[in-house]
Amino acid sequence: MAYSDKVIDHYTNPRNVGTLDKSSHKVGTGLVGAPECGDVMRLQIQVDDNNVITDAKFKTFGCGSAIASSSLATEWLKGKSIDDAMKIDNMDIVEELALPPVKIHCSVLAEDAIKAAINDFRVKNGLAPIESEKVHH
Amino acid sequence: MNIPIYLDNNATTPMDPRVLEAMLPYFNEKFGNAASRNHAFGWVAEEAVDYAREQVAKLIGASEKEIIFTSGATESDNLAIKGVFEMYKDKGNHIITAVTEHKAVLDACKHVEKLGGKVTYLAVKEDGLVDLAELEAAMTPETILVSIMYGNNEIGVIQPVKEIATIAHKHGALFMTDATQAVGKIPVDVNADGIDLLALSAHKIYGPKGVGALYVRRKGPRVKVTAQMDGGGHERGMRSGTLNVPGIVGLGKACELCGLEMESEAKRLSALRDKLQSALTVLEESYVNGNVEHRLPHVANISFKYVEGEGLMMAMKDLAVSSGSACTSASLEPSYVLKSLGLSDDLAHSSIRFGLGRFTTEEEVDYAVEVTKNAVNHLRELSPLWEMFKEGIDLNSIEWAEH
Repeated sequence: MAYSDKVIDHYTNPRNVGTLDKSSHKVGTGLVGAPECGDVMRLQIQVDDNNVITDAKFKTFGCGSAIASSSLATEWLKGKSIDDAMKIDNMDIVEELALPPVKIHCSVLAEDAIKAAINDFRVKNGLAPIESEKVHH
Repeated sequence: MNIPIYLDNNATTPMDPRVLEAMLPYFNEKFGNAASRNHAFGWVAEEAVDYAREQVAKLIGASEKEIIFTSGATESDNLAIKGVFEMYKDKGNHIITAVTEHKAVLDACKHVEKLGGKVTYLAVKEDGLVDLAELEAAMTPETILVSIMYGNNEIGVIQPVKEIATIAHKHGALFMTDATQAVGKIPVDVNADGIDLLALSAHKIYGPKGVGALYVRRKGPRVKVTAQMDGGGHERGMRSGTLNVPGIVGLGKACELCGLEMESEAKRLSALRDKLQSALTVLEESYVNGNVEHRLPHVANISFKYVEGEGLMMAMKDLAVSSGSACTSASLEPSYVLKSLGLSDDLAHSSIRFGLGRFTTEEEVDYAVEVTKNAVNHLRELSPLWEMFKEGIDLNSIEWAEH
């Protein structure tokens, strides 16, 4: 399968690989996917007192598109408010990375990871998790 | 050294220049139809086909009269399985095969089931070999055919064909083997091994694509298959269609070269393969799949735990290797062969097949080792599973959300 230049770029030079302190109440962690399915993403956000994401890190087990989707997600998350981060749609990732139809699930996983990280942060800070009712494309 | 390096010789092999040279005259100056019995053009073509038939037969210890030329191993598998079922269905309707067979065998068996046949798909042991006791137990008075491959295309394990043939014959069944990966790589002898039907392909042995053969035993017992292609009655009525003369000449030459060079080539390749395998299994959490004692000399299938195969291959773009079989890698499902060894899905997803060949050099193997090591290490740096493993977290204790 031919990968787009953007996927190759993120795959070769992934942005924001790493680990944040998951015990900190300022950090939200989302771990989604399953090893049996060939994709596991862990996405972490560091949030300041104004509910702005100051840092984001990821680690991903998966194909090039999965790695690129999560790398792109961390880039987009940095500097965004929690509310704006919630609005990131998997189809934005598909478009930006020119993912083929068989790889759309990678973008879905990245969106799930973002929402899981935000909800982890919310729960840690005494807020109710936001239920996503969105039907994925 | 040319990049990318080709290490996918189980998928196909480059044609040997000596094979190409032998074929070339048969495209233009010697273009005759081998079935044209009444002029010199036909005689020249027929002579070339007869010679190729001898070359193929010699490599597998057969008589030239027992070789049926086909378009490749897939057709040979289909002709053998469907042809035996149709020919012998009054004698019995049961066929035994194994779950790790090539799709050409498995799907031909599925077709037989649609025609009312019964098929037993034997599981394999953890090392990929068929359990002889299970085979024995599966034999019934209705069993007409046992079809077990010689060497596996994904993991390279060599089945105990001689013992399997003995069991099949004891119960009055024929023994067929898809020997596409084994012929030309290791000694195969239809008489010593007790093989009644054998499928082989030219393009896996440095010959051209689109040509293969089916060996059909003529003596002790005389085996017949019902033709699956109707027409002019070529190939003793078992496979109609004008013979692909240049292809057949190429297959013959390829077989001759394998016969001459196989012994030294197998030694060279197994030394290179072992070098590659030892260098890569130095990496933590890497595992060789399949039996390593009974294995084709040029194959190593290795799982690198906590990295995903497709992502890994992307990091190994300078190497042409395969993750799972090329026949199924268009899907996202992990290899059914690896899963049937009892590998978990994640380990099956993490596997790479290295297939060395006649033109593989030591320099290329050394380079492949470096590229693979760097790729595995790079992806493990990115892998949350690797981090958890290093922290001593049991991945099975986590509730993964299946998606």
